Amino acid sequence: MTTSPYEHHDYDVLIIGAGGAGLRAAIEAKQRGLSVGIITKSLLGKAHTVMAEGGMAAAMGNVSSEDNWMVHFRDTMRGGKMLNNYRMAELHAKESPDRVLELEQWGALFDRTKEGKILQRDFGGHRYARLAHVGDRTGLELIRTLQQKVVSMSTDVFMECKVLRLVHDASGAVAGCVAYWRPTGEIVTFGAKAVIMATGGAGRSWKFTTNSWEGTGDGHAMALWAGAKLIDMECFQFHPTGMVWPLSVRGLLVTEAVRGDGGVLRNSEGERFMFNYVPDMFRAETAETEEEGDKWYDDHDAGRRPPELLPRDEVARAINAEVKAGRGTAHGGVYLDIATRRSAEFIRRRLPSMYHQFMELAGVDITREAMEIGPTCHYIMGGIQVDADTAATAAAGLFAAGECAGGLHGANRLGGNSLSDLVVFGRRAGMGASDYAEAHQGGSDLDMSEVEGAVTEALAPFERTTGENPYDIQRDLQEMMQSNVGIIRTGSEIDEALSALEVFNERVRNIAVKGGRPYNPGWNLATDLPSMLSLSRSVATGAKNRKESRGGHTRDDFPKPDPELGKINFAQTSDGGNWDSPIIVTESPLLVMPDELKALLEEGK
Amino acid sequence: MTDVTMRIWRGDSTGGDFQDYPMTPNEGEVVLDVIHRIQATAAPDLACRWNCKAGKCGSCSAEINGKPGLMCMTRMQDLPGGTVTVTPMKAFPIIRDLVTDVSFNYAMAEKVPAFLPPPMPEGGYRMFQQDVERGQEFRKCIECFMCQDVCHVIRDHEENKAHYAGPRFFIRYAELEMHPLDTNDRRELVREVMGLGYCNITKCCTEVCPEHIHITDNAIIPLKERVVDADYDPIAWLGRKILRRTKRSATEAAVQPAP
Ligand SMILES: Cc1cc2nc3c(=O)[nH]c(=O)nc-3n(C[C@H](O)[C@H](O)[C@H](O)COP(=O)(O)OP(=O)(O)OC[C@H]3O[C@@H](n4cnc5c(N)ncnc54)[C@H](O)[C@@H]3O)c2cc1C
Ligand code: SF4
Ligand code: SF4
Ligand code: FES
Repeated sequence: MTTSPYEHHDYDVLIIGAGGAGLRAAIEAKQRGLSVGIITKSLLGKAHTVMAEGGMAAAMGNVSSEDNWMVHFRDTMRGGKMLNNYRMAELHAKESPDRVLELEQWGALFDRTKEGKILQRDFGGHRYARLAHVGDRTGLELIRTLQQKVVSMSTDVFMECKVLRLVHDASGAVAGCVAYWRPTGEIVTFGAKAVIMATGGAGRSWKFTTNSWEGTGDGHAMALWAGAKLIDMECFQFHPTGMVWPLSVRGLLVTEAVRGDGGVLRNSEGERFMFNYVPDMFRAETAETEEEGDKWYDDHDAGRRPPELLPRDEVARAINAEVKAGRGTAHGGVYLDIATRRSAEFIRRRLPSMYHQFMELAGVDITREAMEIGPTCHYIMGGIQVDADTAATAAAGLFAAGECAGGLHGANRLGGNSLSDLVVFGRRAGMGASDYAEAHQGGSDLDMSEVEGAVTEALAPFERTTGENPYDIQRDLQEMMQSNVGIIRTGSEIDEALSALEVFNERVRNIAVKGGRPYNPGWNLATDLPSMLSLSRSVATGAKNRKESRGGHTRDDFPKPDPELGKINFAQTSDGGNWDSPIIVTESPLLVMPDELKALLEEGK
Repeated sequence: MTDVTMRIWRGDSTGGDFQDYPMTPNEGEVVLDVIHRIQATAAPDLACRWNCKAGKCGSCSAEINGKPGLMCMTRMQDLPGGTVTVTPMKAFPIIRDLVTDVSFNYAMAEKVPAFLPPPMPEGGYRMFQQDVERGQEFRKCIECFMCQDVCHVIRDHEENKAHYAGPRFFIRYAELEMHPLDTNDRRELVREVMGLGYCNITKCCTEVCPEHIHITDNAIIPLKERVVDADYDPIAWLGRKILRRTKRSATEAAVQPAP
């Protein structure tokens, strides 16, 4: 066993992250009788998952009896522009209904149909009403249910504890990590037979984002440094509807449920412009006129779905184009109108937290006025490459699930497919890691030189008397990434970003922080910046390599998809294992899909 | 907008003092925005918690001009001008600046006996909207712990924390008690160990709840009624729970066997 000069804990399975994915993984490993530790940067119950609004996708067929896993599989693959790991999409579609029902066994209370079953709502890209939900606070229900379950199983949770790096053992397998307690600033080390990365998203490197301070891509970065592979890092979802005004809330999410429940998009001329942006791939299943689209809301057989419910990448690009063409609102967005389409009572009941959010933060009553919205950086489809069945990564001993894992969503994620992703693959990561831990009894020693390296680097900003304020670096980074690697990209700007990032690396090496180690946000940010830069570099590198437009990756200079590039993922590894080490890019061919699944994709095309 | 002085409590468990930061709020800014701007410039080590910046996570609770509130949902323009005072929640020990040690709440959460439903029938449980709605109201709780902060039973009496769960957990017990599927009887626990009797229905908790949960009317008072019920016989209790269900009309019934 490791002798660490710091506070030290050993577990069979160590989970980094207490969002939906990490908590679901913990339940699985606990049920196997293993010892489990969970580490989270914030308090338990505050992870990003709590903010999810609209719902979780599962082909339960409670509202549309035609729905089944095959349709869900098809929708996910088509939404992802076929860049997905088909096996993940298959498992996800097959297993999510059971994962939703399981939540009810642990105390969740979903909204109901008249027959007393779980109610499901429509969302973009899903052919049938498929999102199990609780009003517009589904993420809260999910995280609270899992949290209460985990607590009832007396699991060790390390709250406000930030992991700096993964640590290997002598065999080169991932065997634990080094972290610090935010309240005290003291170092703590963890040893484990298997480690699960469940650190969530990475949108914090952009200026207008739905992501909180936690979304710095630590897990993506730490896994890369530790020997795992990242795929599809260029695929970043800009959610079409973020708030644009007042400036202080710019980027805050407006749930897609507004459109699922009847809200429509209009430009400054009052036109429902989405009808002008229907791509060929979705023409057959999209309404041609407003009348047809409106009928669909009441009876899905009476018309086809309105174009406002196209996958997110399509809607975000359309909004962007309207604003560019001078048909935007005063604050550079477009209008999202549900006030003229649904009763005030309906809106308040179905979208209570949106009502609240606009009323309190913008002084806008959404039952009377249209909302002003525009695209905002939201979700990273790319992530740690995993084996679909076991969630194992390329680094021995390391598993990954949730937003930090890549593959399921391909080039674009459908709304609602993330919450179901968390529970389907959180469970599978728990199983995979438990199998691995059971097969590797004994445990091994952490490489203390890696620990010391990380500690020295983390504390260096205290040693410098002169140097930069980390907040200045963060602000400049967000501006730079927003303008150079945003929703629409072009080769020259990506190159600019990559050389700018070298300068940012230099600036991070020169940070000085004020104050002491206990609960010091300036220092905490200083320790986040290496992952933010590593992540930004991965996204820019992916964007440079993918010379086509596909899903959440749009290149002005290559506006069309390239069928050859549709056959590969770009995989990234680290050459050196440090945060500023060079990135190596290789082509990783997509898994070959069995014929019976291919046939599903052809159906109803 | 006119200039304000942000008077922020800075210190740790050993003590501290107010520090003034002159600021000019921008249009639409909330208290948390201004705090973030202070962090980015004058005081990068100013400690506060936040996550969602949209009133959804319950991280940013503090006392603003002496009143508990979410910093991310309190607009600067809605506060009287001049000086805005921001202090940490009073009922919890201070870690640093605006950050308090809320572990009391996590300890109370561990004491709640788990949800215990009957085995799930094939195809899932059947429950009806009107039956889940009561529980849903309580499950809106974002765990901001401001109701705990204002409850006089613990706000001014640290010693009571040993035997008092507080309003946040009374709604949790009420939620489970009213859950159409739960079979675990926690009534004796709530009365004997969790200190429900200490609550004298001042309603301060309800007033501060950012989720507008009717903590007293919908949770505490009904819970008190059920708990004072002298009959602790668990079989009879379960029988009554089930009876309450079957007594309703068929469509209202809380649990129906799945087909
Ligand atoms: C506003 C909003 C609304 C959304 N709505 C929906 C929706 O309706 N439906 C849907 O399917 N999806 C939705 N999403 C997406 C979805 O919520 C997220 O993708 C998902 O919750 C991510 O879950 P996770 O478990 O992977 O990670 P998270 O919930 O992000 O949790 C990450 C965890 O990792 C911890 N962590 C991170 N780094 C470290 C570190 N270095 N050390 C220690 N701990 C660390 C964090 O503290 C946290 O506990 C929404 C997202 C947002 C932002
Ligand atoms: S009503 Fe009861 S629980 Fe609420 S603040 Fe008053 S005493 Fe505390
Ligand atoms: S009940 Fe209301 S005030 Fe109390 S913790 Fe929950 S949300 Fe906060
Ligand atoms: S930051 Fe989440 S409630 Fe204020």
